[in-house]
Amino acid sequence: MSGAEDIFLDAMQILASTLRLAAPLILCAMAGMFSERAGVVDIGLEGKMLMGAFAAAAAATLSGSPVVGLAAAVGASVALALIHGFACITHRGDQIVSGVAINILASGLTVVLGIALFSQGGQSPPLAQSERFQPIDLPGADAVSAIPFFGTFYETALSGHNLLVYLALLAVPAAAFVLFATSFGLRMRAVGEAPEAVDSAGYSVAWLRYRAVIIAGVLCGLAGAYLSTAQGGGFVREMSAGKGYIALAALIFGKWRPVPTLFACLLFGAMESTAARLSNVELPGIGQIPVDVILTAPYVLTVILLAGFFGRAIPPRALSVPYVKDR
Amino acid sequence: MSARNLPRWVDLGLIPILNLMMALGVAGVVVALIGENPFRALRVMVEGAFIFPGSLGYTLYYTTNFIFTGLAVALAFQARLFNIGGEGQAAIGGLGAALVCLALDPFIPGLIVIPLAIMAAAAFGAGWAFLPGFLQATRGSHVVITTIMFNFIAAGVLVGLLAGPLIRPGQSTPQTRDFADEATLPKVHEIARALGFDMASSPLNVSIIVALLACVFVWVLVWRTPYGYRLRTLGQSEPAARYAGVDVPRMIILTMALSGALAGLMAINDVLGAQEKLLIGFTSGYGFTGIAVALMGRSHPFGIVLASLLFGALYQGGAELSFEFRSIDREMVFVIQGLIILFSGALAYMLHAPLGRLFARAPRVRPAP
Repeated sequence: MSGAEDIFLDAMQILASTLRLAAPLILCAMAGMFSERAGVVDIGLEGKMLMGAFAAAAAATLSGSPVVGLAAAVGASVALALIHGFACITHRGDQIVSGVAINILASGLTVVLGIALFSQGGQSPPLAQSERFQPIDLPGADAVSAIPFFGTFYETALSGHNLLVYLALLAVPAAAFVLFATSFGLRMRAVGEAPEAVDSAGYSVAWLRYRAVIIAGVLCGLAGAYLSTAQGGGFVREMSAGKGYIALAALIFGKWRPVPTLFACLLFGAMESTAARLSNVELPGIGQIPVDVILTAPYVLTVILLAGFFGRAIPPRALSVPYVKDR
Repeated sequence: MSARNLPRWVDLGLIPILNLMMALGVAGVVVALIGENPFRALRVMVEGAFIFPGSLGYTLYYTTNFIFTGLAVALAFQARLFNIGGEGQAAIGGLGAALVCLALDPFIPGLIVIPLAIMAAAAFGAGWAFLPGFLQATRGSHVVITTIMFNFIAAGVLVGLLAGPLIRPGQSTPQTRDFADEATLPKVHEIARALGFDMASSPLNVSIIVALLACVFVWVLVWRTPYGYRLRTLGQSEPAARYAGVDVPRMIILTMALSGALAGLMAINDVLGAQEKLLIGFTSGYGFTGIAVALMGRSHPFGIVLASLLFGALYQGGAELSFEFRSIDREMVFVIQGLIILFSGALAYMLHAPLGRLFARAPRVRPAP
């Protein structure tokens, strides 16, 4: 019996670490979902998250409060989102070019501002415990821990994460509700499929798309704050390390739908978590696989999916097409 | 596009300059916010790029990289394909060149190894872009997403190989052994010294000649061949191209492969010319800079040479910033680069309407008699 319990405990620990690694992916993927469902491609998830991470760490250091950091992260990320909107919605610019610009801008700006503010080679000073989001014990975690299996699951896998992990998990039903159960969400999805129909119904395509882009900015800001003030204890240059692109891959992998996207994020998170564990293990016949090779798995899987080898990922019809009102 | 009603000199000359001014202006505001003098920063950059001994060599070395990656993006742009995979194609191109050198340089004279290595760089780059092109042409998956994914896969492949089978024996830094001296491209200062001129050392090497030849090649290909005509037709209108009998899937695959070959050639400048070995991360963002270069240079080889020179100067001058100022880092260059992509790419149409109003009226002022 205790053998099974031990294996279960191991599994639950992996699940807990998967959740921690998947949280920023989930937030970013939901951000991308709002933007892309409304017809605006978002390659700039990475840059917005990085900017958010920097703003969160900087504001948390200067104010001593992670909540102020969170607000700054959301503000900075939304600012970049508005630039994206201004270029793509107002001026009908190329959405991919704009996203690339935002990523490069964020990668430069965070280091330039970091050096100007803290003179530590682009890093922020390490954050004190009080300046970070702390693990939260869910109610009754101690009480149920004696129950076999369920207790272990509740205590080890579910409880003890920080606020932003729970926010990430809540973001999925919230996104599903907003997109699929409200008239606002219906219009937002319609604007990504048939903007001319929404326009003729009397709603502003531009304003709907702006709102989608702003929501994406807020969610990327949360993801950024998670990186620097919850998961990590300060900002490090390039700390988003491609997570925005993995989130984009997860969004495509989940076919632009909330629950499948959540599972794609969890899958990619689990890969990252097992890659770390596999790094020093000799596999029979293959030898040691470098972590970086295992970490390319999400990208390989997404390419295979896009090639249509298991299921088809069909993007919103008006994705990446700027809307020109008929004159 | 709304560009039709603008005079050519406005569209091709004034607008790029205005976009550059806006990007530099916003970057200047950032410098001023940091508490430094933006005009002094600009002077340091110009001096660092052109005036200090050896600086011009470095500027032209970076220029060479950007000509290759800029041409790669521009060629695909002609067919409305957005190849963001220059970074990965260059990395794999470097792998190709390195494999040839590592395998052959002990046995075969350098004069034969070098052209083989150059061809391998192009072929490997082409191969890495072929797959995204093939998947778009036959399976309908968008090259933008697949080339992004391929950048990351390329990075993983390179790390895996350099940390494992290709690592120089007896060391732990993930890089290959040095190539044999005669299997590398000669540096310009070495040639100058051999001819009796004095010249400061720099990584500038004969790749720049290959880069300029590539410009001529792309110009001839796009504007003087049937392939180029089909390419531009496809870029203007896919239905029209299809109606005219253009084999669209074949064009997409071929164009992506050619674009990848150009990006792969970037590797010769660094791997065969400057480092003389393969390192992790040697592409350091040059593939992405190619997007800015292509946008700035209006996807034309001549414009790309000018834009590459601009970015070469920015990179080299930007490196100087970190020495001259305590609080400005060379990352400032990425801020400027991001802003240039924003203004000359994403906000490309912003200036058209006001400038159109300003200039389109001019011919109509004088009515026909």
